[in-house]
Amino acid sequence: MKRLAWTLLFAAGLAFGQASEIAHPDPAVEARLKALAEELRCLVCQNQTIADSNASLALDLRNEIREQVAQGKSDDEIRAYMVARYGDFVLYRPPWKSTTLLLWLGPFALLAVGAGVFAATVRRRKRESAGASESPAAERRTRAEVEALLED
Amino acid sequence: MRRLAFVIPLVVFIALAIFLAVGLTRDPREVPSPFIGKPAPSFKLERLQEPTMAFGPAEMKGKVWMLNVWASWCVACREEHPVLVEFSKRNAVPIVGLNWKDTRESGLKWLDRFGNPYALSVFDGDGRVGIDYGVYGAPETFVIDRDGVIRYKQIGAITPEALDEKILPLLKSLGA
Repeated sequence: MKRLAWTLLFAAGLAFGQASEIAHPDPAVEARLKALAEELRCLVCQNQTIADSNASLALDLRNEIREQVAQGKSDDEIRAYMVARYGDFVLYRPPWKSTTLLLWLGPFALLAVGAGVFAATVRRRKRESAGASESPAAERRTRAEVEALLED
Repeated sequence: MRRLAFVIPLVVFIALAIFLAVGLTRDPREVPSPFIGKPAPSFKLERLQEPTMAFGPAEMKGKVWMLNVWASWCVACREEHPVLVEFSKRNAVPIVGLNWKDTRESGLKWLDRFGNPYALSVFDGDGRVGIDYGVYGAPETFVIDRDGVIRYKQIGAITPEALDEKILPLLKSLGA
């Protein structure tokens, strides 16, 4: 309960300062800003991108990115700037490295396991049904049983 | 073989349940900071009380210190404040306040009203230095060692428990 109270208080403390946003006169700068901001997570409201969020920090970061784009920095440089400050968590597209291997390969590994189980099951059923029809004795017995049942 | 086929889903389910249960105990707000073990970013900011004087982390070289991000609009900071005031009375380490995305006037008023646990506060009105420290909410607190390396980041208010269980033992190990 106490923990919840702290969490709520902290949530209330998440940046809501005051600032304004002025679009850059060059539409190309705005387009690049938009593309970049749509791939970056807003840490205040974690399921929104910096482009979507109205949090004051997101606004500050948009202004920062806008400035860097206007200065001619590359997308990679700007992304590196963000990662250096907020960690890989800001990237909606996680990077390919040792700590994210499970994240990237996990689904494919599960898919492979599923495919393996499926193939094994199919093969076993096939073998079983093939085995059944190849045994005339067994078939004759079943037929006899069915006929016996029908006669009753 | 038949029995095994029955056990597998159970094992998968238990593993999944354990993962989810552990996930529930973690706070998604606490994003691991990339700054732990890295040098504290340098800055030069005006002091809150004496605007004509500047302060930068370089001045704290050789000292263990704490950088506490606060703002007058921040509700959790007010909850944290008495803990900091109490802690500052022990004179364990200097606490530098980073008055973040605030106005000078309300920042000063806030310190007058609730007490000033800070050795000094610097004024970061546009939040630039906050961004350089990866701050995404106030309060946040960094523990910085003698070499100017960030050793710990407290996200959210410093509670008496966090102080006793994490920060004090760390300060002790850093020789403060």
